[in-house]
Formats: sequence, C-alpha cells, structure tokens
Amino acid sequence: MHSFWLRANAILTFSITILAFMCAMASVSDCFNSASPSAQIQITNINWFQKQRNGNEEVSLTMNITADLQSLFTWNTKQVFVFVAAEYRTPKNAVNQVSLWDAIIPAKEQAKFRVQTVNKYRFINQGSNLRGKDLNLTLHWHVMPKAGMMFADKLVIPGYRLPKEYR
Amino acid sequence: MGWVRKTVDSVKSLQVKQVLLRAISLAMVFTSGLILWKALMCMTGTTSPVVVSGSMEPSFKRGDALFLYKNKDPIRAGDIVVFNVKGQDVPIVHRVIEVHEQQSNGEIKLLTKGDANDMDDRFLYARGQLWLKPQHIMGRAVGLLPYAGWVTIVMTEKPVLQYILVGAVGLLFLTSKD
Repeated sequence: MHSFWLRANAILTFSITILAFMCAMASVSDCFNSASPSAQIQITNINWFQKQRNGNEEVSLTMNITADLQSLFTWNTKQVFVFVAAEYRTPKNAVNQVSLWDAIIPAKEQAKFRVQTVNKYRFINQGSNLRGKDLNLTLHWHVMPKAGMMFADKLVIPGYRLPKEYR
Repeated sequence: MGWVRKTVDSVKSLQVKQVLLRAISLAMVFTSGLILWKALMCMTGTTSPVVVSGSMEPSFKRGDALFLYKNKDPIRAGDIVVFNVKGQDVPIVHRVIEVHEQQSNGEIKLLTKGDANDMDDRFLYARGQLWLKPQHIMGRAVGLLPYAGWVTIVMTEKPVLQYILVGAVGLLFLTSKD
C-alpha cells in the first residue's frame, strides 16, 4: 500500500483532477461577468472603388474606430481579438461578411482605443453590384480565456452606404 | 541502487500466469480510459485536437488543446475553425475572415487566416482552390486548455518516445510486487 509507484500514481491523479477542476471553475467565473462594451465606427473616406478585370469590385476605405471593450476583461482573459467586418446583401449572395481590420488587445488598459486606419484586408466583392449599396459595419470581439470556454459577440452598426459611382 | 537490484530480483521471480494476469489488467486500464474518453467525445459532440503551429499566436500557443464543437449553425466570420487541406495530415486551426453565402443554393464560401499570419490561407489550400466549404470544416473551436497537448506533440514528433514509455510502464507494472 505504500510503494513508490502507488504514491506517485495517487499524487498524479489527484493533481490532474484538481487542475481540471480549477480550469472548469475559472471558466465558470467568466459567466458572471456582465459586459457592456461600446463602439463607434465612422467611414472617413472611400479612397477608391474600382471594378477589376475579373468582374469583381474592390473598395478601399479609411475608418475611424472608437471602442471601449474594458468590461469584457476578467481575470481569466488572456486577450480579446477584435475585428470589423463589412456585412451586406447582394442579389447573388444572401450573406457576405468581409473582415476589414482586426487587432489583438492583450490587456484591459488597451481595450479603450481609437484607431484611424485603412482597411487591413482587401474588400473584394464577388460580382459587381456594390454601387450605392447599404452595408453594416459590425464590430466583433472574441474573448480568449487563459483556460476554458471562449465566447464571442458583436455590435452591428448599420447605416453605411457605398458611392453610386466608381472612383 | 538497491532499487535496481530489487527490480532485477522481481523480474527473475516472475511466473508466466502472474505476468499474463498483470498484462491483461494493464490493458484493461488503458482501454477503459480510452473508452471513457471516446464516449465523452461522442456524447458532447466535441473532439480535442492539439495546436501544433504558431500561426494563431498569441491566442493559441503550440501545445494547447482545443475543444471543438460541430453543429448545424452556419459558419460566420470570426469563428475559429479546424480544417484539413486535401492531401495534408495536420489539421489547421485558423479564423474565418470572409463568408459568402449564395442566395440560390445556400452554398457557402469561406476564407480563413491565421491571426499571426499576414496573408490569408489561400497559399495553404489545394492548387486552384480559392475558398473553403463547410464540408471541409471539422468543427469550431469553443474552448481551450493550455499546455494540455504537449504530451501528444512530443509523442508524435519523436515516436521512439512512445515505445519507450509504453515499454517502461509495462515493465514496471508487470514487475511490481503489489
């Protein structure tokens, strides 16, 4: 009953069980966090809006993104991944989501930010029906924990419209 | 070093029936563990791959274990998905950055990118393939357990360790006095 291996086995099993329990508790504690993030996005300029040779259109725009995501951080948060996606409907596609910009927020202090940027990723539409199109700019965030369940949510900001003509 | 002598003595005093009984109970311990693990996977609809590359840092580090969940919800931008490229063994864990869902037939086209990469994943897809489809996706990552996958990585990258480990455990179990 007191051999080295039995003792080692007992210690190992016990510590793994405790660690697993702690990870689960850390994850559960995240459920008690009531977050109230806020954000605003302005399109300050449509830099250019062209139709490519293959028939797809491409837009380049500059955005001003202001957000306060501090309430999303808990002690179990490793980082928050935030991105802005243009979401719109075309006659061909019921759903289009194109990520324009993203960032990683490693700590609560950096979660309140204001950024002016050109779209980081190319905004290419399948087809050529973006002229005069209404679109939503949705700010998505993805909270990555140190251990446990991740959760994601978004804030939809409607009311943007692309120019009627290419420029 | 008396420990070594004790082990050698116990090896010498083994009897066939004893060894067989021990071998069977060892096998039963392993297989019941495996059955429990697989049953859990089946019941919750999750699988648990390990992150092997650094392309999703700092979100996921090499060696983290992920919890994947697969359900009928459509895949949307921002989801972290695990997929296999045709012809490659290693599944890739990246984030979806573009979604286009066709009105007429519900066909969905996806584009992914690793958080730490500058380029999207088109260079990883099969030749001529511009988009991923939902059927290529194994599941969505819903949770993470840090460092839990290191054992698997070490075992896969140095297979000789697997044999050493199984051999050592087997030998110790078979020769223990209890």
